[in-house]
Amino acid sequence: MTKTPHISVQHLNVHIGAQHILKDININIPDKKVTSIIGPSGCGKTTLLKSFNRLWDNTADVKITGKVLVDGEDIYDPNAEVTHIRKKMGLLSQRPYPLPMSIYDNVAYGPRIHGIRKKQDLDQLVEEQLKATGLWNEVKDRLNASATRLSIGQQQRLCLARGLAVGPEIILGDESTSALDPVSTAIIEDLFISLKEKYSIVLVTHILRQARRVSDYIIFVYMGKIIEFGPTEEVLLNPKEELTKEYVKGYIS
Amino acid sequence: MRTRKLEELFFRTLMVLATILVAGSFFLIVGTVFIKGIHYMNLDMITKTPGGGFYIGKEGGVLNAIIGSFYVAGGATILGLIISIPVAIFINLYMDGKRFLSNTIRMAFDVLFGIPSIVYGAFGFLIMVYFGIRASLLGGIIAVTLLVIPILVRTLDEVIRTVPFELRDAALSLGATRWETAKVVLRQIRPGIFTAILLSFGRAIGDVASVLFTAGFSDNVPTSLHEPAATLPLAIFFQLGSPVEEVQGRGYASALILTIIVLIITVLADLLIKKYSKHKI
Repeated sequence: MTKTPHISVQHLNVHIGAQHILKDININIPDKKVTSIIGPSGCGKTTLLKSFNRLWDNTADVKITGKVLVDGEDIYDPNAEVTHIRKKMGLLSQRPYPLPMSIYDNVAYGPRIHGIRKKQDLDQLVEEQLKATGLWNEVKDRLNASATRLSIGQQQRLCLARGLAVGPEIILGDESTSALDPVSTAIIEDLFISLKEKYSIVLVTHILRQARRVSDYIIFVYMGKIIEFGPTEEVLLNPKEELTKEYVKGYIS
Repeated sequence: MRTRKLEELFFRTLMVLATILVAGSFFLIVGTVFIKGIHYMNLDMITKTPGGGFYIGKEGGVLNAIIGSFYVAGGATILGLIISIPVAIFINLYMDGKRFLSNTIRMAFDVLFGIPSIVYGAFGFLIMVYFGIRASLLGGIIAVTLLVIPILVRTLDEVIRTVPFELRDAALSLGATRWETAKVVLRQIRPGIFTAILLSFGRAIGDVASVLFTAGFSDNVPTSLHEPAATLPLAIFFQLGSPVEEVQGRGYASALILTIIVLIITVLADLLIKKYSKHKI
């Protein structure tokens, strides 16, 4: 990794209630690459991902210490503005949750709250992002239909378009294909690969084959600690750590 | 083995009897009101104000009370919503870090929910005395608003809690502020708000104790907030208390009108709840 990291995590500790979920996490997420976080259920993958855009702010009993630097700025700095931080990152959750409005308004929602009002600009943005996610041809005749009318795979792409419309730098995917059929999954995976030209992408996945297909780097998390981090081929095919070996072979899950 | 079977039979019988008792009393009540009221039921009842002498009228109808009731229940529901929506949003979307406090507030509303309406009537009356308001439509609306706020808050609270956290996360991730997120949540629960409105309206229109001292009573349809207003439950109360047989009979007709209104509202609310749960993501 010669490039400067996009997200730099330093001594991050997350406690939820009495549980110590993440233990002294130090990691540099590379710029314009796909990085997958893998590990068994309950190891803290999603917790780590959500700590990147401060989604824990509104949850009771969560205590976070340490630093998460995005473009060199500590997002947990008390003076940092949370809406500004979140705008930099698009989140794609496990299942699509379209906003209760039309297809058009879903994509236009982000730009609107950030101050874009002109119809022309919004029209252009909506078309652009729907094209970027390959949805345009499927929905261009029914932009005013409710977003919930779309199939679940289409909804997930709509959610991606919605996230891209605010102009993020980073895409966070939390097992984004786990509710989708194989065809939709393949579409989303291909999108991730093509989007890394412009964005840094961090994915949480429990599907090793997906991690291998899509990602450039892999972080293996186990029991709240980062066990191994490196290029995909290395971690999956030639792991250095015993725990990684066991996980990759399927002995621990 | 035998005792187990007997036990089964005994409790089963008990349950069936209890169910029959409850369902039966529903039909008995509606039936009584219908049979006793239908004889005095005519178009005049719902299109005319009382007339023809005697206390609260032997002729004409109870239009004054029907309209008064709609005014009081409608006004209270609107006023209640204006107060309850912010409360429900606040305890759900702004207090998530303070679970103890928000649960304490919830409990407070549960207690308010259980307070008898005469207490609200008395409390509303004190407020009126303090502000120098006489028994009037406004007074009635204030007292009934107090009565429906706990219903509205608790219903809205339950509905907001059905909104998946991920939807809020989705809005927040786009850089939305809490208030912008709240607006998305409000959009999502629109059918639920409608249900809360109907529940509140149904309770408000049937309540007698809260309007007893506060709304007053009048044979005329109120034309301003400061005039006393008749309400259906009070009209029934006065009519049934009359020694004149025709007036008593008209009391049952009024009760029939009120029952039909409440039935329509309940059925509508029920349909909406079903429709709402179908469209949840």
